[in-house]
Amino acid sequence: MTVALNVIFLCLDHDKMFKMSEKILLLCVGEPGDTVQFAEYIQKNVQLYKMRNGYELSPTAAANFTRRNLADYLRSRTPYHVNLLLAGYDDHEGPALYYMDYLAALAKAPFAAHGYGAFLTLSILDRYYKPGITREEAVELLKKCLEELQKRFILNLTSFNARFIDKEGIHEVDNIPLTKVES
Amino acid sequence: MAVASSHLVYITPRMRSRHFALFLSVTPLTKMAAARPPFCGRRLPLTRPRSKMALASVLRSELPEFNKSLIKFNKIFPEDSEAIPEIVRDPPGPPRVLAAPPWGVEAAPEGPGFQMLHGTTTLAFKSPAGVTVAVDSRATAGSYIASQSVLKVLPINARILGTMAGGAADCSFWQRLVARQCRVQELRNKEPVSVAAASKLLANLVYQYKGMGLSLGTMVCGWDKRGPALYYVDSEGQRVAGRAFAVGSGSSYAYGVLDRGLAGAAATAEAACALARRAIYQAARRDAYSGGRVRVFHVGPQGWREESADDVAALQERYGE
Repeated sequence: MTVALNVIFLCLDHDKMFKMSEKILLLCVGEPGDTVQFAEYIQKNVQLYKMRNGYELSPTAAANFTRRNLADYLRSRTPYHVNLLLAGYDDHEGPALYYMDYLAALAKAPFAAHGYGAFLTLSILDRYYKPGITREEAVELLKKCLEELQKRFILNLTSFNARFIDKEGIHEVDNIPLTKVES
Repeated sequence: MAVASSHLVYITPRMRSRHFALFLSVTPLTKMAAARPPFCGRRLPLTRPRSKMALASVLRSELPEFNKSLIKFNKIFPEDSEAIPEIVRDPPGPPRVLAAPPWGVEAAPEGPGFQMLHGTTTLAFKSPAGVTVAVDSRATAGSYIASQSVLKVLPINARILGTMAGGAADCSFWQRLVARQCRVQELRNKEPVSVAAASKLLANLVYQYKGMGLSLGTMVCGWDKRGPALYYVDSEGQRVAGRAFAVGSGSSYAYGVLDRGLAGAAATAEAACALARRAIYQAARRDAYSGGRVRVFHVGPQGWREESADDVAALQERYGE
């Protein structure tokens, strides 16, 4: 939840998750300005779809829509330099996680990470993730990742927030280390 | 660019110069033909919105002379502008110069020829009493102190202040433009504009010029119906809300004093102003590019007010080194 400018933390409680709909979250990181503008654009268009059609976009459709926009702008004079994770719960298909990067690649994945933290945490996720993982096990796995970051990552990231999406919607996860700090 | 597909119409997100469009307007071709000047030979597609630069769209009505140079500016991006009639061009003669060069002052050898106020310290923080804003007043051109009495706080309206760091012209111009937009919004909605809205207006305006050399690092501070509010907005497109910010070359020094003082209570307006004054003073002591006077403002429920303006040398007497 930190925002850094040069070598100073600008803000310690900035939410980088954008709520697309009741069961879809978009995590957007990258170039300052581009992140908020692109994420808000996708957010408004997903909400527009709901208003026009009466039902929400599925996570798959939302992910493909997002990727399409990234790809269209990639070879324009104003590409968006953003890396995204789109997480959602489809009532028919179940949970879905999509990894997208600034070159408009799209991959459906069981777990994903962006940034330097990915170098440390992807192997932990590889080792301990299993397809039928329960919610409690998943929170434990998240804690392992955060503890590793705290131990080995050179940047002192002091506050995180975590959310959980299931068929009831989006919920906050409270019992993680380095929970959000009042800035 | 706006695209109309069969069942979804997308509003363009990208507020960059060429692609700026406020609304998607699907205008019948006949209506557009009537609106075009007769010598414009370019056929416009059915669903093309009238793209305008943010600046042009706001200033077009006021100054007809300025309109000519704006139309010329649009020529840089020919595929978006409508065909420019040939009769519109600058009058003959020497190019107009808006300001005479200063006497005997050499500009910095490299960098822009105008004053950049990266060398500055400004800070603002929220407390239960309101938002306290403090700034120094030094402007430097390289290693020369150009002025010790620059006003780095810009009022947006009676309840909202903006600070200045980066390019002086950029800050004062864009914040004045935002002040105008805020006033128009207040007149339309019959409700005081919120600080979130004012900061978002500023952020969206400067985002259109991202990468074109604007330099702006400002804090929008005010009191609206939700209470005290503070946003940091810069020319990179960053806009973030927070409890305390410091901006400028002396910001790291200011953060040190500010964060340690905020850990204790800054409950009353006087205590908050004292903390702000001390933080700017310490930054001015350590940072060569900050100094002059320390001005402290406070924004309360009734609006903003200047609390004090003390010379750094006088504060040195008071605080004792």
